[in-house]
Amino acid sequence: MYWEPDFECMAREELEQLQLERLQSTLNRVYAHVPFYRKAFDAIGMTPEDIRSLSDLAKLPFTTKNDLRDSYPYGLFAVPLREVVRIHASSGTTGTSTVVGYTRNDIKIWSNCVGRILTMGGAGKEDVIQIAFGYGLFTGGFGLHYGAERIGASVIPVSSGNTARQIKIMRDFKSTAFVSTPSYAMLIADTIREMGIPRAELSLKYGFFGGEPWSERMRQEIQEKLGIIATDNYGLSEVMGPGVAGECLERNGQHFNEDHFLVEVIDPETLKPVAPGETGELVITTLTKEAFPMIRYRTRDLTRFMPDGCPCGRTGRKMARISGRTDDMLIIRGVNVFPSQIEAVLFEMEGTEPHYQIVVDRKGAMDEVTVRVEVSEAIFFDQMRRQKEMVEKIQKRIAHELGISADVKLVEPKSLERFEGKATRVIDNRKL
Amino acid sequence: MLRVKNLQVHYGMIHALRSVSVHVKEKEIVALIGGNGAGKTSLLTAVSGLIRTTSGEVALDGSDVTKEKADRIVRKGIAHVPEGRHVFKPLSVEDNLLLGAYHRFTWRTASVIRGEIERVYALFPVLGERRKQPAGTLSGGEQQMLVIGRALLSHPKVLLLDEPSMGLAPKVIREIFEHVARLRAERGMTILLVEQNARAALSIADRGYVLETGRVVLQGSSEELLANRDVQRAYLGRDAER
Repeated sequence: MYWEPDFECMAREELEQLQLERLQSTLNRVYAHVPFYRKAFDAIGMTPEDIRSLSDLAKLPFTTKNDLRDSYPYGLFAVPLREVVRIHASSGTTGTSTVVGYTRNDIKIWSNCVGRILTMGGAGKEDVIQIAFGYGLFTGGFGLHYGAERIGASVIPVSSGNTARQIKIMRDFKSTAFVSTPSYAMLIADTIREMGIPRAELSLKYGFFGGEPWSERMRQEIQEKLGIIATDNYGLSEVMGPGVAGECLERNGQHFNEDHFLVEVIDPETLKPVAPGETGELVITTLTKEAFPMIRYRTRDLTRFMPDGCPCGRTGRKMARISGRTDDMLIIRGVNVFPSQIEAVLFEMEGTEPHYQIVVDRKGAMDEVTVRVEVSEAIFFDQMRRQKEMVEKIQKRIAHELGISADVKLVEPKSLERFEGKATRVIDNRKL
Repeated sequence: MLRVKNLQVHYGMIHALRSVSVHVKEKEIVALIGGNGAGKTSLLTAVSGLIRTTSGEVALDGSDVTKEKADRIVRKGIAHVPEGRHVFKPLSVEDNLLLGAYHRFTWRTASVIRGEIERVYALFPVLGERRKQPAGTLSGGEQQMLVIGRALLSHPKVLLLDEPSMGLAPKVIREIFEHVARLRAERGMTILLVEQNARAALSIADRGYVLETGRVVLQGSSEELLANRDVQRAYLGRDAER
């Protein structure tokens, strides 16, 4: 099922003409209405008409989170406030929040973009969609809400938190689709199990998870525990919110809505494009946003493009799941380490739960890493020897994969903090 | 069907079109809207080869026609109806139509063309009623129908219409636009339409582009453009306070 098949399945040549037209008109508008971009063009002696192909975009400078902060609150808006019908602010995961706005058309396009993602993940107008993303300044709640309404689903705007109530509503209101962060879905699944609610009492079929990086193993667990099809979706408020990309039922990479977003993957060090298929930082340019266009926004999310072609028939380019963030990167004794790499090691292990914490300390001049990971019930009460073997196995894998030595501590099931929003898995105690 | 990329046009020192890219798909009606001097007419005349472009490309069905002469472009399937209803006033309606097929008229095609003229009369019955009348005696609206009918006789794949509503009464404008919509509905015509009357144009178009000082500043579905406040203020004559 497609929501807007003309665009989702557009031939590449046709798409590129459309992207060029939309890029050029976006550049003409930001040059005329946003001093920040006009200065950026002037600084390199260019005007919008010098951009004559999609690859010419690479001549323009990047826009960063800092540029957004410097323009707080409305400096990057391309239309007067009287044309703005909605204002959101970034969730401020790291640092001060940034403000974004939407015109009436922006909201409509946003709804359709999210509508596509819900449709490609299996949902339709018969579904009862329970949204456990926060409603408010965060774009997650309202973004999914409008998309779900757009496709005609019955929307339950529960918002985030209050796990017991979420589960009661899920059961009583017969929710067929659940929207949240993956870590919250895990918490919900575990709580349902603890409460002893049989799966037959739930009507859940689909889960739409985003807002933080997660792993294939976590997907498997969520799917098994809740008995659903779980898809990944991607977005960020700086370019719109949810609806930038999402997985189809193949569950093998997220399709970008390329008629609305121009995407690049660059090396975060050299700022040059990476070789096809290599991992780098995702950079996004909006093609249709009226109120808050973004030119070459550095998302700080790490991913890679996947090979073209998808059995679902969509032509939108796919990216692999987000493998981390450039600003999550820890430098441990001079080695670049992404928490996602440690997560990948842990998830290969039998007997561990996908709950972990990475603690970094500095003893003298040495960084010390401790990985705390929950073990499953079964193994924990076994003999010490087996635990020791497991610790050694994990240490060996980490040393092999990442080139650092780490201390590994197995902890009791459910002893690590659970998160209702985005999970915080790294505790860096170093004073630099 | 029609694809325009990075078109640049200069009139002496004046830079009339600045990297303009647009496309029209088969059986689509696309409107170009914008104020005086925005570059709408320049875009049409550049596409039909009547003015020289500085750079950029125009492709019809994937084949490049940028460097072709105007008469070759007509043969390839782009018919341009310029603004101002240029009819040959002393000639009859029928002779005016016949001139539209001038480039392919031989004794062998005569009967085919005859049939095509009848089809134009079917589309615009008033022209059939006045087939022997000198074109100069027609009303403004009828002359507009005549120039569109004449363009159809060149067998176009794409029809470029420049300001078909100019100088006509509101009732006649409505009628002309209904005819343009029927051209697509009944004959599957692909149309690129330039209009000052943005509301009328967007009411029959699928998509549109807004030009300002030689640049495309906005593009989108007609619905999106009608909902855009800049378009409303500048081209639809509606106050933004609503």
